[in-house]
Amino acid sequence: MTARRWITRAGFYALVVIIIVQAIFPFYYAILTSLEDGQALFEVNYLPAALDFSNYASMLTSGVFGRQILNSVFVAAIVVVISLFLAVTASYALSRIRFRGRGLLLLTILSVSMFPQIAVLAGLFEVIRTLGLFNSLWSLVFSYMIFTLPFTVWVLTTFMRNLPIEIEEAAIMDGAPPFTIIRRVFLPIMWPAMVTTGLLAFIHAWNEFLFALTFLSTDTQRTVPVAIALISGRSEFEVPWGNIMAASVVVTLPLVILVLIFQRRIVSGLTAGAVKG
Amino acid sequence: MASVELKSICKSFGSVEVLRDVNLSLEKGEFVVFVGPSGCGKSTLLRLVAGLEDITAGDLYIDGARMNDVLPSKRGISMVFQSYALYPHMNVFENMAFGLEQARLNQAEIKARVAEAAEILQITPLMERKPRQLSGGQRQRVAIGRAITRKPRVFLFDEPLSNLDAALRVDTRLEIAALHKRLSDTTMIYVTHDQVEAMTLADRIVVLNAGQVEQVGRPMDLYAEPASAFVAGFIGSPRMNFVTGATAEKHGAHTLGIRPEHITISRDAGEWSGSIVHIEQLGSDTYVHVKTEEAGIVNARAIGANAFRAGDAVFLTLQSESVHLFNADGLPVGPART
Ligand SMILES: Nc1ncnc2c1ncn2[C@@H]1O[C@H](COP(=O)(O)OP(=O)(O)OP(=O)(O)O)[C@@H](O)[C@H]1O
Ligand SMILES: [Mg+2]
Repeated sequence: MTARRWITRAGFYALVVIIIVQAIFPFYYAILTSLEDGQALFEVNYLPAALDFSNYASMLTSGVFGRQILNSVFVAAIVVVISLFLAVTASYALSRIRFRGRGLLLLTILSVSMFPQIAVLAGLFEVIRTLGLFNSLWSLVFSYMIFTLPFTVWVLTTFMRNLPIEIEEAAIMDGAPPFTIIRRVFLPIMWPAMVTTGLLAFIHAWNEFLFALTFLSTDTQRTVPVAIALISGRSEFEVPWGNIMAASVVVTLPLVILVLIFQRRIVSGLTAGAVKG
Repeated sequence: MASVELKSICKSFGSVEVLRDVNLSLEKGEFVVFVGPSGCGKSTLLRLVAGLEDITAGDLYIDGARMNDVLPSKRGISMVFQSYALYPHMNVFENMAFGLEQARLNQAEIKARVAEAAEILQITPLMERKPRQLSGGQRQRVAIGRAITRKPRVFLFDEPLSNLDAALRVDTRLEIAALHKRLSDTTMIYVTHDQVEAMTLADRIVVLNAGQVEQVGRPMDLYAEPASAFVAGFIGSPRMNFVTGATAEKHGAHTLGIRPEHITISRDAGEWSGSIVHIEQLGSDTYVHVKTEEAGIVNARAIGANAFRAGDAVFLTLQSESVHLFNADGLPVGPART
């Protein structure tokens, strides 16, 4: 091997290492910090000095953190289910049925997702109060839909448009009623796209902060990002980093696990072979 | 009783009229081919029969029963799509069984029918594969197999061979012909651009032009006695030569049509004279493009390989019994040939 190739190779792996460290290190350091206690926190070290799970124990047993995790799970799951249901039905209409103003409607949907959250906050607050949803988890379900629906609708519409209409027509000729076509033909084909968009919607709902801070007022109703931000120490001069990091690790794990479970499903090209190859 | 009957069928998409007053009657077991230029409405007509499009006006009968408002799956029809339209997530067996499951047949019957179709099309070893693991030709067979299992009264094909390469196209064409023999009770409607497919497969050809039926007849009848200049130009390959102007008028027509195979080339004497501008050697035949004084560029066929070269001066003689004469409206003139 020539020197030149050695250098390119070394350069390549150096870059890989930088990227990995950049991506992983913050999380690693959070885990590290969460396993330390008291004064040990403030000594900079890069390998675990001790395995101390007391931060986790105190997070999960004291107070309402467990309840808050369930709140987050509830909101994110409902948002995913409703978004996917509405997006599948809407994208069917948007990709298959010709009607006046279809392009305009699609652009409107997309532009909704471009509003900064803060711009709609005040108006949305009024809406939520009028609907009597203030301090209810449904206020989050409702408001997160504003951001999850545009991209789920867009992604699924694009996907559906690329599905040859002839597959659907073949199913019609085979005598399948509409519901069977959706269940036996559409859903299995759209599964990868739905997993991908559903996962993104879940992550969005799981991480959202501003709405969750504004629309919920009591501790038992809060979702985890706000809950973590509001963790306070024994005095106003103490920031309980150990607890905060333990909580962060706990709420990050579900996302990591979800992505790992579904990463094999997040494949495209399932339709290859349906039409001329 | 006719198997499929179309009475004054019209079809419009919004304000665009795509089919106008189509009348056709197909016999049971007949193989009918729709041909015509792109956009003339062949697929639309097929889809009307299938029930995938609504009929704007007119009536469709299958075995004597009016079908306008009958669901596609209740018409006793199977369709093979140009893009195959196999279900990508199902294996070959499931693809072929899907329609039968919808018809609530029992498992034993489904297995038997799929096995029979697979046998006919020689795809039995492929049963477990997904469509993406099949070659184009195999996919096409599965698509045909899926259509066979339902034992339709009418079989519809929309350009089924257009995605296959030339050699496979010939093989599959022969297989479709064999299939037609085997399913002698099944009426087949076949849409194609390819006029070799039309000539070789059809019992009767329907030539469509801009949404109207131009002529219906047996392949050789259309070849020998086209009812219009359009049909004359469309049937036959290479295309018929058309000559207008003084030369045509001398024959008493607005347009004179002569097929390349009905022109004799000679170096010594003939009706028209000119020089060769281009030669296409096909091995069995040679097509010689001659620029003539009288008729512009004319394509003539010479049998076998031969010694003509571009630039040679040659004479052309028309076989008078094969000259087609048309008036300004493109309709035939002169005594009807027998
Ligand atoms: N859903 C539709 N809406 C509007 N116009 C349509 C629709 N489907 C077909 N057309 C029009 O109807 C005409 C006939 O279309 P059709 O698909 O039947 O042509 P075709 O003869 O099959 O052509 P090709 O040989 O290219 O497949 C075309 O001009 C087409 O633009
Ligand atoms: Mg077509």
